[in-house]
Amino acid sequence: MRLEVLNRGYGPVTKLLFALIRLFSGYPVPDAAKLVFYRPDFYGARAKRFTHEAMRGPSAWPAGDRELMAAYVSQANECAFCIGAHSATARRAYQDGPKVAAVLADLESAPVPGGLRATLRMLGKLTREGKVDAEDMRQVLSAGVSRQQVQDALAVCAAFNTTNRLADAFGFEVLSPEGFEAGAKYLLKRGYR
Amino acid sequence: MLSEDNKRAAYRALQDRILNGEGSASPEQRARAFGNDGLSPPLDELLGKVAARPVQVTDADFAAARAAGFSEDQLFELVICAAVGQSTRLYDAGLAALAEAVAGEEDG
Repeated sequence: MRLEVLNRGYGPVTKLLFALIRLFSGYPVPDAAKLVFYRPDFYGARAKRFTHEAMRGPSAWPAGDRELMAAYVSQANECAFCIGAHSATARRAYQDGPKVAAVLADLESAPVPGGLRATLRMLGKLTREGKVDAEDMRQVLSAGVSRQQVQDALAVCAAFNTTNRLADAFGFEVLSPEGFEAGAKYLLKRGYR
Repeated sequence: MLSEDNKRAAYRALQDRILNGEGSASPEQRARAFGNDGLSPPLDELLGKVAARPVQVTDADFAAARAAGFSEDQLFELVICAAVGQSTRLYDAGLAALAEAVAGEEDG
């Protein structure tokens, strides 16, 4: 990563934990995980709490849909690390790789329910253009999405607009497909805590 | 009206910590990074990219900030503030549009 403190600035307990993760998973600790262990009182502790709440907390959106939103927002930001991580997690959650690939290739023709499509469209516009208006929201609501679901989707959008920026600014190393699969397995089992 | 939920509360806790808690960068610097406003060179280049086009951040942007005297811990904090600041603007814009869309409906 571009800051040396994020590569090496960890205490002995955290270094031991990283070594154990490497031993048991067979993969080095991803930069996304390292980041939240650096001075966790500044960012990591509260970022994990928020991201876990957004991605795994109570919501009418299943985890797979929220992972797909994360991948879609990441694509709007062109964030290679997060596209890889969250498309792998969405594929695994849905047990459906072609659906995830179809959404990322062309949302309008992808085989997803209208409410999810309308939500993804709105999140993409918000991320790319920095704004949406009431009419954009009415279109989502009229596709059968509840206002709480819109709020929940906006939380996912906020979490990944932050993470995408940190991934690209700090320079997270993109993992191998196998590394992303291992990460996806972990995120579905344990979440973001 | 929209209900405050656990997700928003957790987000506000993060935002409050990075802006108002202890840090290597001053609260004023962190607020400027968060707002992407009032930054001087070379930080304006680095943090402006974090906010607007993060994929274009380069090693040279960090090198320029270090050469201007910013420590690694200060840059860690200021990049986080810039990222969370932009996300906050998006989150708030989305919630405001939703509130407008549902205004006037029964039970708010």
